[in-house]
Order: sequence, then structure tokens, then C-alpha cells
Amino acid sequence: MKFVDEFRDPAKAQSLLVEIRQMVERIRPKMNRPLYIMEVCGGHTHAIFRYGIETMLPDEIELVHGPGCPVCVLPMGRIDDCIAIAERPNVIMTTFGDAMRVPGSKKSLLTAKAEGADVRMVYSPLDALQLAKANPDKEVVFFGLGFETTMPSTALTVLRAEAEGIRNFSLFCNHITIIPTVKAILDSPDFQIDGFLGPGHVSMVIGNEPYQFIAQHYNRPIVVSGFEPLDVLHGIWMVLKQIDEGRSEVENQYRRIVPEGGNAVALDAIGKVFELREFFEWRGLGSIDHSGVRVREAYAAFDAEKKFTMPAVMIADPKACQCGEVLKGIIKPWACRVYGKGCTPETPMGALMVSSEGACAAYFRFGDIEKIRSRRVEAGIEEASA
Amino acid sequence: MSVVDPDVRTEKPVRARLSAANVTLAHGGGGKAMHDLIDSVFIDSFDNALLETMEDQARMSLSALMRHGDRLAFTTDSYVVSPLEFPGGDIGKLAVCGTINDLAVGGATPLYLSCAVIIEEGLDVELLRRMVRSMADTAKAAGVAIVTGDTKVVGRGACDRLFINTTGIGVIREGLNLSVSSARSGDAILVNGMLGDHGATILNARGDMALTTPIASDCAALHGLIEDLLRAAPGTRFIRDATRGGLATVLNEIAVASKVGIDIEEAQTPLREEVKGFCEILGLDPLYLANEGKIVCVVPPGEEQTALKAMRAHPLGSESALIGRITDGRAGRVSMQTVFGGRRIVDMLIGEQLPRIC
Ligand code: SF4
Repeated sequence: MKFVDEFRDPAKAQSLLVEIRQMVERIRPKMNRPLYIMEVCGGHTHAIFRYGIETMLPDEIELVHGPGCPVCVLPMGRIDDCIAIAERPNVIMTTFGDAMRVPGSKKSLLTAKAEGADVRMVYSPLDALQLAKANPDKEVVFFGLGFETTMPSTALTVLRAEAEGIRNFSLFCNHITIIPTVKAILDSPDFQIDGFLGPGHVSMVIGNEPYQFIAQHYNRPIVVSGFEPLDVLHGIWMVLKQIDEGRSEVENQYRRIVPEGGNAVALDAIGKVFELREFFEWRGLGSIDHSGVRVREAYAAFDAEKKFTMPAVMIADPKACQCGEVLKGIIKPWACRVYGKGCTPETPMGALMVSSEGACAAYFRFGDIEKIRSRRVEAGIEEASA
Repeated sequence: MSVVDPDVRTEKPVRARLSAANVTLAHGGGGKAMHDLIDSVFIDSFDNALLETMEDQARMSLSALMRHGDRLAFTTDSYVVSPLEFPGGDIGKLAVCGTINDLAVGGATPLYLSCAVIIEEGLDVELLRRMVRSMADTAKAAGVAIVTGDTKVVGRGACDRLFINTTGIGVIREGLNLSVSSARSGDAILVNGMLGDHGATILNARGDMALTTPIASDCAALHGLIEDLLRAAPGTRFIRDATRGGLATVLNEIAVASKVGIDIEEAQTPLREEVKGFCEILGLDPLYLANEGKIVCVVPPGEEQTALKAMRAHPLGSESALIGRITDGRAGRVSMQTVFGGRRIVDMLIGEQLPRIC
């Protein structure tokens, strides 16, 4: 694992920061407001907080922590459905650890487990398939979620289940896709993002081509970046360089991993098993067209939505939630009415408080809010609170 | 030091033989089967005069206790780790070291332990014997005696193979008052070596992740190290073993109780490459991983170098490090200078659902 240190070198970080400051100095007079850079991916949010990257940047750069945490954006109704399946006798519900804490309208999977439902944490969908083989008299359901990053392994698991004729395995599919969501953000009337950090892991699968519209139609730079702190800083540097030079292009900072065309095998598996839904509901953002996938008819035998009946009720986010505004960068998390009051990581009201990749939870856990705010007040970006 | 005089007995008594290969409910029934189990597995291994009297309670002389100090330290802990055996230790060793450490971090000389076991019906007797031997060996090496105990057998599914509770008694010498609320701005924060080994080992040994990382638990009895530290740095304010919740949790406890700020440096925090890599893959934060042989010490300015030297001279502290300072920053806040040069808050862990690690 030694190699990672190369991507955490503080000396390299300092030299990037010097150039970042110079560029900001040049850009700032033209803007007359902070520069907003959105990282689309929860992995970036995590790295930014884990390494305190925001504390190193000039005040004029605002990082907007985007919708990239798939656990956070799941709407309550879907969680309720998942719990309804989990609470059936004879069902073993399996999922990733983070998903167990997401609150539904009444409870989370973790609570359901405490009440007696058989809910188990797995590290890969293949573990769930293994569990199905070991428990032929039980129905094993995998609560699949995530962007294109986790989609291939879920798809391959369904293909394997089919090939091996395992009938007691099914997938409750909540996979979502990143592009329509970025587009929805770009189209929203209060949109004010100057550039994007593109999601490295997603791009490993889908390649860089799908982001072209951001650069071409919306004239915003996007840099697909890795997840080491130096990657993130370098990505920010590349976005600024484009702004400074008046360019808007799709650039690849994460060349060591992301192939231009994506991963054909993974894309093939996704295409075989999944098809786009007409729309999918996102917590905090509402319904977005073509932003989710479902299991194709050919694999209906493995589709939990077909196998089980469930309430399928849409549940609106609590009124006080301002997740949507935070997601779009209109307000900072601590400006939300309920931040730290009704909404904390222990009792999340909104999506962004749920996993450590959610912007609100990240600030709550890692961010020195007082310090950030006083700096912002000094820089004239935020008003001093009463 | 051994507190029970081994010469009280003249010859080793003949033990009942246990023929069963697995523990059954009968072994908890109170009859002959139970006596055979206790006699052949427990008494034989623990092998001390106090236990051998077979009274319902251990009796110890107050005046002998008072030779060690002026206050009794009394603590209890239950051990439910899964798997029972793991690289670097097993539940038996853990149950002895854990309770010894809980005494020792208060400055107490650990003296006596109790051992209560809850066994799930069907447990392999050989495995039980191994665990009990491991307890006995660990206690012997640490100079403490296991002097009373209890055995219960429960039906299949009522517990997971083997649970152990140990209660410990120690004595604190006069004048020593370690307290979590005594940290002052400028104090140094020391740890006695690589963090997170136990937590990573257990997660790894559970096999859920299919990683073959060569890590072993740091499970160890730390009273010797603590004794050396207190001798070298008599002004030491506070010591706590960083078990569940890891370093981050202990630091938060200190910051809250002492109403101080804490600044640590990631670059100074000892972490094995293997543990770092393991955490990287699983998205864990090693600062929160459990330890079973690591202490966090708060030492006043001026004593940190002698403290560090004494700790490093002990075999269980050769990789000791000064990781940060108590500050007059915001009370209750722990922050860390990251290796990358940024700064972040190190908060209390929120309801993470980790498997049973101790
Ligand atoms: S504080 Fe809670 S409700 Fe408000 S934006 Fe954050 S997650 Fe949403």
C-alpha cells in the first residue's frame, strides 16, 4: 500500500496550492462572487473532509458537495419497501453497512433487524448469492444500490444466479445513474456551479464521453478525478486552469485508472441486466427522468419488485429539510433550518446527514464550522450571525 | 508478583477426568458432570490454593491487600469476541488482559480476577480447555490469580459458543490520582505503539472480507508498562486503554471531561501499513479501530521525554510516540493535522455497527 503516499505528499500539495491561489487572484475580479466547484461523487466528499482539503483552499473557492452519495439520496418510500420485504418471514435481507442506517418513514433496516427481521451486512452482492446457496429454504434478497460503480457487480451477480439456477435469490434494485442527475442540477433555475469534479470510479465504468454535454452545452469545465487527496487538489487545479484560460472541456485527471471508453465488460453486464426507469425519486432532489435502472423482464425471476408485493408509497421529505438547496450549493449545510438541531447523524431528517459521505454529516463530523464561518465572515462571503 | 503462595499445597491433587468431547446441558446441571467439568478444565488450569478450597467465595486478607496501597480498584468486563481464536490471541487471553488493563490504567496493581463463563451447549471441550489454559497462562505471566468463578451452560443459540466475564481487584498506591478530567493545556499525549491492530485483526479473521492481511491482535497486559511509565513520569495525569472506539474515542472523552481542546498530528500517529491499507479498502478510519494492548497517556510538559523513554524501553512500548498536545482550544474538540496538511475534526463515533470485537 506504500504507493498511496505519493498521492498524499504535502509538499506537492503546497506547490499546487500556490498556483491555485495565483489563478484565483486572476479569476476573482471577473467574478465578483465565490467560485463554486461541485464534486459529484461521495468519495470525493469523503476525501475532502478526511484530509481537511477545504481548510487548505483560498476562501474564494466554495466546494459544493453534490448528490454523489447513493445512500443519502434514497427516498424514504424505497426504504419502507425494503423493510416490508425484510420483515416477511423466511426472507434474509442483505445489504451494505451504510444502507442499514438510512431512515424510512418509520424506521431503518437496523431497527427492523433489532425487531427481529433477518437483515445481514455483506461486502459484495456475491456474498448474498453465497448466502442464498447456503440457505436454500430462505429467500435471500440483495438491497442493491449505488451508481455505475456498484452496478456491474450487481449485474454480474444476477447473471451468475441465472447461470447457476439459484432460484431463491433476488435483487431489490435501487441503482441510480449519475448523468441525468448532473443534468437536472445544471437545468435547475438557481444553478450557479462554475465547474465540476467528475466521479472517478463511475468513469472507470462509463468512460469520459457521457460528460461531453456538460462542457459543450453548458460550458462548464469538468475534470474526472481520483480519490487521493492530491488527486482531488489536482482536479480542482485543473478546473481552475480551464476557467482561467476560458476553456470548458472534459479532462481526465485519473488517467492511471479511467480508460477513455470505460469498461466494456462492465457496461455489457449492466446493459444485459438493467434498463432505464422512466423516472426515479431522489431524496432532496425530487423525481428525475431516467435516473434509475430496473431489472429487465428477461431476469424478472430475480427481481424482488416482481417477486414480492410492497407498499410502494411515495413519501415526501419533511418540510423543514433543505437538502435540495444544499445539494445544489445554494446554501451551506449549517444554514439549513434543522442542521444540528432536529437533524444530526444520530437522528437524520434529511438525506445528507445519513452517511459520512453526505455533506451535512461530513461537516457535522469533520468540519470546524465556527472556524469556517468566521473566515467566511471575514472574507465577506457570509454574514455574521446574530 | 504472585499474591498467592504456591507452597501452601504440598502435592498436586488428582483431578477428575472428563471424557465427553462436547459440553452438554448436563455440564451446567449442578451434578457430577458439572463438577467434573469444573475440576478437570478450570481448577486444573487455574491451579491455585484459593480456588482449590472450593468455597463459594474467595477470601483474601485485607492486611495483605493494604501492603499495595490505600484504595481498592474494582472492575468488570464481559468478553464476547467472535471468532474465539484469532492471530495474536483468543477470548481467554483477552478476558484476562482486558480486565488487568482496566485496573492498571487507574494506577492499580492488579491482584485477583474472577472468571465466569457462559458456554453454549455443544462447545468442543478441547476448545474450552484451550481457552481456559490461555487464561491461566496469561494470568500467571501477569502475576495475577484467578480466585473464583462460575460456569453456566445454555441451550444452542442462547449464546455464541463461549462468553467470559472477568472481574478484577487491584490496589492503588497512596497519593496516585489519575483522572480523565485532569488534562491541562500544554500536556503531551502519548500512545505506546501501533494503533488499530486488534480491530483490524478481528474484522479480518471473521473472513467476511476475504483479505489475507498479515496482522495480529495487540492483546497484552499493560500493568508492567504502566508501572514503568508512572515511575518515570510521576506527574502523569491520566491513562486509558484505547479499546472499543479506538484512539479517537479516548481523545474525545478526555477533551470533554477536562474541558480542553486536543490537537493531534496524523503523521505522528503510529499505524501499520497493513492496517492503513486494510482500512483504505474497507472505508474504515483506523483512529476508531479497537486496540487491546494500547494506552493513551496524558503527561505534563517537562515529563514527556522521560515518559517516552521509559515506555520505549518496555517491550510493549517500543513504538511509543508523542502524537499531540492538549490545547486551550475549544473545549471538547479534538482536531487533527492531516498528513496532507489540512485540518479536520476527530469526532466521537456515531453508532457504527461493527461486529463483536471484544
Ligand atoms: S441538515 Fe438535515 S435536513 Fe438540513 S440539509 Fe442537511 S441533511 Fe438536509
